[in-house]
Amino acid sequence: MGLLSKKDAKLILDPLADDNPITIQVLGICSALAITAQLKASIVMTISVIFVLGLGNVVISLIRNIIPSKIRIIVQLTVVAALVIIVDQVLKAFSYQLSKELGAFIGLIITNCIIMGRFEAFALGNGPWKSFLDGVGNALGYGIILIIVGFFRELLGSGTLLGFKVLGDPIAKTGLYATGYENNGFMLLAPMALIVVGIIIWVQRSRNKALIEDH
Amino acid sequence: MSLKSKLHKFKVKNKGKKWLPAFSAIHTFLFLPDETTHNGTHIKAADDLKRTMNTVILAMVPCLIFGMFNAGYQHHLAIGDIQALTGGFFGAEFWTFDNFFVGFWKILPLVIISYGVGLGIEFLFAIIKGHEVEEGYLVTGMLVPLIVPVDIPLWMLAVAVAFGVVIGKEVFGGTGMNILNPALTIRAFLFFAYPTWMSGDKVWVHGAVERAGTPDAISGETILGSLAQNNEVTHSIMDMFYGFIPGSVGETSTLLILLGGLFLIFAKIGSWRIMLSSALGAIVMGLIFNWVVDAGVITESSKFYGLMSTTWWHHLLIGGFAFGTVFMATDPVTASQTNKGKWIYGFLVGFISIMIRVFNPAYPEGVMLAILLMNVFAPTIDHYVVQGNVKKRMKRLKAKTA
Repeated sequence: MGLLSKKDAKLILDPLADDNPITIQVLGICSALAITAQLKASIVMTISVIFVLGLGNVVISLIRNIIPSKIRIIVQLTVVAALVIIVDQVLKAFSYQLSKELGAFIGLIITNCIIMGRFEAFALGNGPWKSFLDGVGNALGYGIILIIVGFFRELLGSGTLLGFKVLGDPIAKTGLYATGYENNGFMLLAPMALIVVGIIIWVQRSRNKALIEDH
Repeated sequence: MSLKSKLHKFKVKNKGKKWLPAFSAIHTFLFLPDETTHNGTHIKAADDLKRTMNTVILAMVPCLIFGMFNAGYQHHLAIGDIQALTGGFFGAEFWTFDNFFVGFWKILPLVIISYGVGLGIEFLFAIIKGHEVEEGYLVTGMLVPLIVPVDIPLWMLAVAVAFGVVIGKEVFGGTGMNILNPALTIRAFLFFAYPTWMSGDKVWVHGAVERAGTPDAISGETILGSLAQNNEVTHSIMDMFYGFIPGSVGETSTLLILLGGLFLIFAKIGSWRIMLSSALGAIVMGLIFNWVVDAGVITESSKFYGLMSTTWWHHLLIGGFAFGTVFMATDPVTASQTNKGKWIYGFLVGFISIMIRVFNPAYPEGVMLAILLMNVFAPTIDHYVVQGNVKKRMKRLKAKTA
C-alpha cells in the first residue's frame, strides 16, 4: 500500500476483519439474511453499498460543518436516499432482471444500519479523504461476509454458483447428484443465513481471542 | 491387580494427555472411578447422569423393536405379500421374523449413524475443550432413529446429526446448556433441508421411494397426511393405538409409548406434570376444533375439515404426538424447571401441537414445532413463575409486619 499512509490503510483494512461491521459490530444483519440466498445478489449488494457508503461518507464529511446538529439525521437520510435512488435507477436501466430479483432490498439500503452508523461515527468528525476510505473499508467488510454467506448458501442450497450448475444437474441426476446427493433446502431459508453468519463469528473469534467480549 | 485398579493406574499415568477424556468416558461407563473423596459429608446418589440417560433409553427400547417389526410389516403389507393383521396386538401376521429382519436391516444403520456421528462429535469437542465427555448424547442418539422415516438416506442423517449436535448443543456450551432439544433440532433440520424425504406419502413405508413411478408403486400415507387431504382413513382406532400404521420409525405405537411413559414416571425421571398437561392441552384444542365443526362454522368443503372434524381423542393417538410428549417435551434440560411452569409449558405444547397440525397441513408434525417453540419460552415461563412466587411472599411479609 504505497499509495496510502499506514493510518489510512488501517481505515480500509480494519473493517475487513478485526472491526468487521457484521461480525464484530453486528450491524447490517437484516440484509445479510435477506439477499444472500444467491451469490450474484450478494455481489450486487456489495457493490451498491460500496458506492453508497463511500460517496455518502464523502458528502457528509464535506458538509459536516454546516449541518445543524439538530437535524443531522434528516440530512443524512436525504443523502443516502439520493445515492440509493441513483443505484436503483442504474440497476433498472442496465440489469432489469437483477433489480427485480433484489426488489425492495436496494431501496432498503437506506435503512442499513452500517451506513447511518458510519456517518454518525466517522464522517461527521473526519475529512473527506479519510471518510471515503472508511466508507469503502466498511462496505468491503460488509461485502466480504455477504459474499461468504452467499457462496455457501447458493452452493449448498441450490447447487449452483452465480447460476452455473457446478455440482451437476439435480433433475437429470448428473455430477454429484448421481451419488444421491441432494440440495439442502434449509440453506435457502433465512434462519440458515443467521446460522452461517454465526459460524463465521464463531470461527473468527476462536482464531483471534482478543475479539471475545468480557461478561 | 484387578482390572479396575489397572485402569486407574493407566489413567494416572496418562494424566493431561489430550485423548484422556475419551478414555475416561468409556472407563466410567463400566466402572466406578477409583478417585473418590473420603473425608467430609457427601450425598451419595445412585442416579447419576449416565444412569438417568440409560433409564430413558430402556423406556424407548420397546418402541425401537416394535418399529423394526412395523417397518417390515408396512413394507410387506404395501407390496401385498401379507394380509392386514387381525387379532389384536399379538396378531400373527405382525410378529414374524420376515417383518423383523426387513426393519432390523433398515433401522440398525440409522442407530449406528446416529450414535457414531453424534458421539464422535461429542468426543471431539471434549478433547478440544479439554473437559470430560458429557453423556448428553446417549438419549438423543436413541431418539433420532425413532423419529425419522425409515428410508431416510444415511448421509442426510449424518449431516443432520452433525448440525444438531454442533449448532443445537455444543455452541451453547454442551449438555445441560442447550436451549433446544437436540433430537428435535436434528429432525427440524432434516424437515426443512430435505422436505421430500421427510413428508409426503412416499417416505413412510420402506421401498416406496424407489418404487415410485414404476408399475409396482406403493404408497404409505400417514393418517395425518390423509386427513389433511380430507381423505378417508382406513386404519381402525385399535390399529392407531397399537401402532400398526405408517409413520416415523418408533412413534407409531401409542400403547408402547404409554408404557414407556409410565416407566419414566415410575422411575421419577420423566415429569408426569408435563405429560398430563400436554395431553390436556391437546384435548382442549381438539375439543375446540370439534366444536367449531359442530357449530357449522366451517363446512366439508373447507381444507381444514378433515383434521378439524377428527374426534378430539384421536389426536392423541395419531402422528408423533404421544412420542413427542412422553420422550421429548419432558427433556429436563429444555423444559420448564418449576412445577407450575411445567403445567403451563406442557399445556401449551399440547395446545399448539394440535393447532399447527390442523392449520398447517404442510407441517403435519406440529408436535415437533410446538416443542421447539415452547423450549424457547420455557425459561420465560420459569422466570414469571419465580417472580410471581417472590411477589406473593413479599406480600405475605408485608401483611405480617404491617
